[in-house]
Amino acid sequence: MALCFMEGNEAIAWGAFEAGCRFFAGYPITPATTIYNTMLRLLPPAGGICLQAEDEIASIGFCLGASMAGMKVLTATSGPGISLYSEQISFAVGSEIPLVIVDVQRLGPSTGSATRGADGDVQFLRWGNSGGLPVIVLAPVDVGDCFSLTMEAFNLAETYRCPVFVATNKEIAMTRESVDWDKLRRAEPVGRRLCPQGADFLPFGVEKGRQVPDFLPIGNRRLVRQTSSTHGPDGYITTDPVQIGANQKRLLEKIESRAERFTFYEEMAVKDARTLVVCYGVTARAARLAVAQLQRKGQAVSLLILKTLWPVPARLIAEKAAGCRRVVVVEMNMGQYVREIERVVAPLPVGFYGQMNGELIGPEKIMEVIAHG
Amino acid sequence: MASFLNSERPPVFCPGCTHKNVTEALDKALQQLGLAAQEVVIVSDIGCSGLFDTFFNTHALHGLHGRALTYATGIKMARPELKVIVTMGDGGLGIGGAHLLSTCRRNPDLTLLVLNNFNYGMTGGQCSPTTPPDAVVGSGFLNRLEIPLDVVKVTRAAGAGFVSRLAAHRPELADEIAKGIEFEGFSVIDIWGICPGRYSRRNKLTPKSLEARIEALEKASGPVAENVREEYGAHYRRLAAGQEPARPPRPVKAVFEPPQKRPWRVLVLGRAGQRVVTAGELLCLAAMTAGMHATQKNDYPITVLRGHSVCELVLSPEPVDYTGIDVPDVVIALAPEGVARRKAVFQRLKPDCLVLRDAEVSIASTPAEVLAVDFRKARIKAADHALAALAALAFRNLVLSPAMLKAAVEHRFQGAVRAAALAVVEAMSGGG
Ligand code: SF4
Repeated sequence: MALCFMEGNEAIAWGAFEAGCRFFAGYPITPATTIYNTMLRLLPPAGGICLQAEDEIASIGFCLGASMAGMKVLTATSGPGISLYSEQISFAVGSEIPLVIVDVQRLGPSTGSATRGADGDVQFLRWGNSGGLPVIVLAPVDVGDCFSLTMEAFNLAETYRCPVFVATNKEIAMTRESVDWDKLRRAEPVGRRLCPQGADFLPFGVEKGRQVPDFLPIGNRRLVRQTSSTHGPDGYITTDPVQIGANQKRLLEKIESRAERFTFYEEMAVKDARTLVVCYGVTARAARLAVAQLQRKGQAVSLLILKTLWPVPARLIAEKAAGCRRVVVVEMNMGQYVREIERVVAPLPVGFYGQMNGELIGPEKIMEVIAHG
Repeated sequence: MASFLNSERPPVFCPGCTHKNVTEALDKALQQLGLAAQEVVIVSDIGCSGLFDTFFNTHALHGLHGRALTYATGIKMARPELKVIVTMGDGGLGIGGAHLLSTCRRNPDLTLLVLNNFNYGMTGGQCSPTTPPDAVVGSGFLNRLEIPLDVVKVTRAAGAGFVSRLAAHRPELADEIAKGIEFEGFSVIDIWGICPGRYSRRNKLTPKSLEARIEALEKASGPVAENVREEYGAHYRRLAAGQEPARPPRPVKAVFEPPQKRPWRVLVLGRAGQRVVTAGELLCLAAMTAGMHATQKNDYPITVLRGHSVCELVLSPEPVDYTGIDVPDVVIALAPEGVARRKAVFQRLKPDCLVLRDAEVSIASTPAEVLAVDFRKARIKAADHALAALAALAFRNLVLSPAMLKAAVEHRFQGAVRAAALAVVEAMSGGG
């Protein structure tokens, strides 16, 4: 065992670096700034690019440009910055630009509290783009996850040509912890699929049987077009409803139909559980203690920790809830992801506890919710 | 040299629109420079100028309103060998104002063609940042309340390396664009044009009157002497090459046995200037030298030079799940600011908890054992109180041992800082 001591934000930066990310642009914002600080140490000496933009809109804009030029790109912010990213996120979704976005969630609404944690953006991340097409959101539980899931996020962004969020929380991002560095899970980095030489290239052309267009970078020998406007496979504006409809459906399905390939989760299951506790993010850590204690007392309680929030791993959740009498959801907001759980496990009753006061939800509280909530 | 114009998608501007002149001039400029289509990227903004990318057979990116310079900067940084040309209207200039100013300040090798026709053509001729107050536009009387932005003055003042202003129908436009593309730095070409579709229907504007208005303003054609400097990307790469490579995370060697093999929840209550966060880190590192796991959660105000500084540290033989501390096992009370922050904790403490307090800091009554340490007697400076408190624990073999603490100091510091920290630890060997 070789323990290193670091915070979640540093681990994210290292995860990005090991995934092959060589372009970062950001704007300082607590509690995400230390990702930028770490990228500033990592990238320039490695021949990479780390920029500080005039605002969040520009920082994600730099990333979109660099991604279209073929680089693996990262940006990081918190609630107020994610709000400013919104129109550019829509661009990345609709025009299939690979990009990893870290949202270090802090207590909102609005500027809220810079140094207090929350998980208040989890629906915003899913729905905060115009057009409402799906995105991928991963949620780390600890520093190790910050590293490993960031590597996964890059692979997903490259594979599916879409923005991928790492939805973390001040409480993981700025809490330092010991982590067995060499033993962290490291996904083999993959790049986007390039259009083979000799094959016809259309910027949004999709081969039969595939759902993701092959990529060529701006600057390639073959000319590349990118546009935020409604486009056909050639990257020019189209008004053909059939073509438009088919493209929207593809954008939806390329993410949602493959959800099971990137459903990350952890569980503490007991046989014949009557209650299933569902948690994510930092709250899952307290839930582990609560459920372990109840299980030691012989109670039939299982815990499911979701690390992929979007697309909702519906089948997994339904499977784990099967046979239970009820489900309990605890999250650091006033009730966001619980809506998805209710939808998926209906008609099972769902108990809920949400807290958004800047404090961690402790194991005692979770035990109480499991018992009475 | 062949034209870059896309014969399948000819310009679709309103008859008489000077955007057509700019399209042709850009094509001519690219030909003059002998560029290959693969070397050129056209990044277009929103509005009628946002159609430009479709008329050319080059690389192209069309994005959101006002953000064209942001994408262009990303592309240029990623692929410095490309010629990146941005087309933007006077509307994009306004909504993307922060990007315009910042790009001037950076001076990347981009060429910005401002297709300045004093109104928002595409949406119905509303006033833009360059509309004169006496114009009749689609915004009622509102343009009378604002003065127009002088693109030349603003971009010069903000640091653009190359600034030109001319009318779209001028024969030298192609040459001016070619010079802008060749210039190594940010080139802004403010191209005044006529929008017959919206603007000149209600405002008398002829090529002649346009030129007369340009004549009346500050002249601008080419490099701005006081702004000519190293190009942003080249400058970045030069400075980046001199940066020290980052060191990978350094594991802590686990070589000791902890004095007690049990979890500890330690709360440190101090204030800014006592190096509480560093001491918290040292305690975690010390625990790690004995194979323990550790977490550190800090709480301090945004203004770091004053106010409370509080650390919550969880040390455990097992990986730590919950990082919060409801009831600590040890409280180190170093300053009234920190103590005030966690007033309620003292009553909650168990009798077997320990409070180690600075002899001069008073705390609320508590069932826990309280130990006062006199840092002044040991001649410890305020900046070292937190570290000295750890040493006081270590010399009692509680939570950590002196060897663990010294190993943590040696892991964390080098040279004079290390020696000074070790001296603080030694100074507490008498118990403080
Ligand atoms: S609306 Fe104005 S700027 Fe747009 S094409 Fe017509 S004349 Fe040109």
